[in-house]
Amino acid sequence: MALPKGTLLPATACLLSETGLEFKGYTQDTRTYRLQSTQFPHVSAKMFQEKDVPIQVAVGNYDLGICSSDWIEELLAKYPASALVKVFDLEYNKGNLYMAASQHGNISSLQELSARQDSWRMVTEYPNLAEASALSLRLRRFRIFPVWGAAEVYPPENSDLVLLWAKDESEIRNQSLVPLTTLLSTSASLIANKERWQTKNVGQVMAQFSQGLGMTAKPWLELIPESAKSAKSFQADFSKEKVWLAIPDGHQQAPAAEFLSKAGLKVQGYSGSTPNRRPSMNLDWVNIKVIRPQDMPLQVANGNFDLAITGKDWLLDHLYRFPSSPATELVELGFGKVKVVAVVSQDLPAADIDDLKGLIQADSASPLRVASEYTNIADKYLRDNHVSRYKLIPTWGASEAFLPEDADLLIENTQTGKTLAKHNLKIVDTLFKSTAYLIGNKKSLESSTKRKRIASLVETFRHSAESNRDENN
Amino acid sequence: MTNQRCKGARDLLPEDTERFRHIEDAFRRSCLGWGYREVRTPTLEYLHLFTAAGTLTPSMLSKVYSFLDWDGWSGERVVLRPDGTIPVARLYIENLAQEDIARLFYVTNVFAFEETGKEDRERWQCGVELLGSAKAAADVELILLAVEILRSLDISGVEIQLSHAGMLKALLKELKLSPDEEANLLTQILDGNWQVLKQMPSGNADANRLLSSLLDLKGKSSGSLENLKALREISFDLKSQLDNFAEVASLLDVLDCNYRIDITATRGFEYYTGICFQLSAKEDKIGGGGRYDNLVPLIGGKSTAACGLALYLDPLMNLVQPKAQQKTAQRIVVSGETTTPEIMKASFQLAQSLREAGYVTELDFSGRPPNRRWVVTVQEQPSPFIIVDQAQNQKREASTMANVIKIIGGSA
Repeated sequence: MALPKGTLLPATACLLSETGLEFKGYTQDTRTYRLQSTQFPHVSAKMFQEKDVPIQVAVGNYDLGICSSDWIEELLAKYPASALVKVFDLEYNKGNLYMAASQHGNISSLQELSARQDSWRMVTEYPNLAEASALSLRLRRFRIFPVWGAAEVYPPENSDLVLLWAKDESEIRNQSLVPLTTLLSTSASLIANKERWQTKNVGQVMAQFSQGLGMTAKPWLELIPESAKSAKSFQADFSKEKVWLAIPDGHQQAPAAEFLSKAGLKVQGYSGSTPNRRPSMNLDWVNIKVIRPQDMPLQVANGNFDLAITGKDWLLDHLYRFPSSPATELVELGFGKVKVVAVVSQDLPAADIDDLKGLIQADSASPLRVASEYTNIADKYLRDNHVSRYKLIPTWGASEAFLPEDADLLIENTQTGKTLAKHNLKIVDTLFKSTAYLIGNKKSLESSTKRKRIASLVETFRHSAESNRDENN
Repeated sequence: MTNQRCKGARDLLPEDTERFRHIEDAFRRSCLGWGYREVRTPTLEYLHLFTAAGTLTPSMLSKVYSFLDWDGWSGERVVLRPDGTIPVARLYIENLAQEDIARLFYVTNVFAFEETGKEDRERWQCGVELLGSAKAAADVELILLAVEILRSLDISGVEIQLSHAGMLKALLKELKLSPDEEANLLTQILDGNWQVLKQMPSGNADANRLLSSLLDLKGKSSGSLENLKALREISFDLKSQLDNFAEVASLLDVLDCNYRIDITATRGFEYYTGICFQLSAKEDKIGGGGRYDNLVPLIGGKSTAACGLALYLDPLMNLVQPKAQQKTAQRIVVSGETTTPEIMKASFQLAQSLREAGYVTELDFSGRPPNRRWVVTVQEQPSPFIIVDQAQNQKREASTMANVIKIIGGSA
């Protein structure tokens, strides 16, 4: 089975234990990815990011999986022939996918979208569903910006539309958005690989589920994930003179906050585990949003933001996909040092990429399976090394769980290599070293009306980065 | 041997390509004869060219090969050309709009995803577009051009089904549906689901009567259309569409072109606005076309009446039998006995002379010449050329290249 990490985990764990399908160690803070059923010796499981579950089941690495149905539909929107069957609606984590606009913007109904000649910008974690719905809404021109998260914070200034999941309409409104249409209703679902479903007897597991779903008391339905999002009230700002700066959430948040404060840039509300997505700064001509570092290069390239703090790794991933992109590095900030490496299982008899190529040539029937969050970096690395047949498996984190069963090679970042070693993995190549950078848009640096303001902010960053460096030396 | 060809893709082998060229040649000859000029459009186009309402149906759009180009960071998607007409309409707007009438043709591939991979995802078509004329004569011209091409290809049993998209759209208006319902109904019809019309709730009795008589109508002559016009209470728009349908049909009658009226032959393309026709031979659909007066303005050009035609190469390739060329059957191999510079020079020179005389000539220095009717061996002693006629099982000698050509020519 492929089981989800993250928000779905508590309710899923509860359902499994209530139905007698408990897996030892299936908890939020677990350090292992491989799980064993306590009752059934022949049933085992692996933990994945929820988005990865339907893909893993569809390609046949797992017989069964549990994930929210929006990720199933996202896969099927692009690959309708995927070998997936939905077995049970597990009823928890109910919600909907909404197409929404900002309460502070100038879109209030779907009719306006198809009537106007604008090229609509749409930010979403569901690019396939977004494209399908844009086509069926007959939007004449649209641009879809896939994001890793924080989609709700982009409108109205940095996107016209957002396609996102929420429990209900009130959750959408709490985020200062207006729902325009509901694409589909979703809930946690049990899925099966179509082929296995037809050939492999999983009756025993099914019986447990079906018995559990028939119970009168369903405690797992009570375990609603406590991610009720809400946005503090704000003033939308369409002023052409303001500089838009994107700063990161996640691992990079703490060091980025420290850097900004050392540079004399006071950012209010950018601390703690749930930062304000629209913090304010002591420079009134700078607007800030907190978004995912993965999404910043594309946003900067499109002029939705002028400057952003992200890793060199994500900038390169973007530039390898779009070589003529105007996104460019401006200042090396000196924190967030990682290496991007090629990793295999310690059991694989390969010490470098050439050994690995030898292994593929010896087994010409099966292409090399490569898992990575950095799909474009991985793709370029394999092309540059003339690896003849490979399959790229995009992942959404926790990629080390993929080796050795579900992938042969991993392109991943590491600080010390300790986590990799703990998972019985070894590094066969170092692609490059990455650190945090201030990035910007070549074109807006040259021509925009706010050129001088951007240049002065860049100078502040550069000055601070240099004095930090001197301190450390 | 492992199969490395992409799913849904097709190789054209030498015999296939010969058939392909045979069709293409006949097509080009006729088009050039009617005053059409050949164009080519790029394989990649922007997706937004095809997304405007009234161009491709949503189900066709869901099968396009769209992706982000290497400079697609702006999110602007490109597609592998899913249709032949729309790119030519774009080419016309950008380059030829000042011409009163543009007669254009092309041979192109179009791409559409097909789930099973058992059918081709890349198809070839011979297309013709006549831009700038609203006259019924233009519709008739395209139908007659198609008939001429198919006749020159010796394709028997060609049938023409005639329908009218403008009439169909006017008819749907009579049903007085909401704009959404109407668009939805049209989409279903264009996807081939005509049953939905029969299940429509009756609103306008006359429109319903007209609808059912049209659905039942598989008549041969324009007279049956005249009868329909007698129905009262139909809108001015519907009446003028029926007039146009009847005008084209009666012109075809006068020109002795046989057709069948079948309104269910309207299919697939949302951009048709007037006469539509489908061509079939035996069970195969081999072509189709129609009038699309709104397409050019929809994609940004000025108001331009236009109509077009496409012949489908893939089914046609199974129906044609190219005649072998006379001199191709006379294939010759020039075989050098050794690979000394002198022998090779003499061999290349002889082969060139034979080609200049109109023969297909291969060269061979392997000592194992392929099996062709003529094998000419070039040697040093005693006589420079030995000619073997495999068909007659005869062997002759020649001392000069002129002699070789004379001997082969004399026996043809």
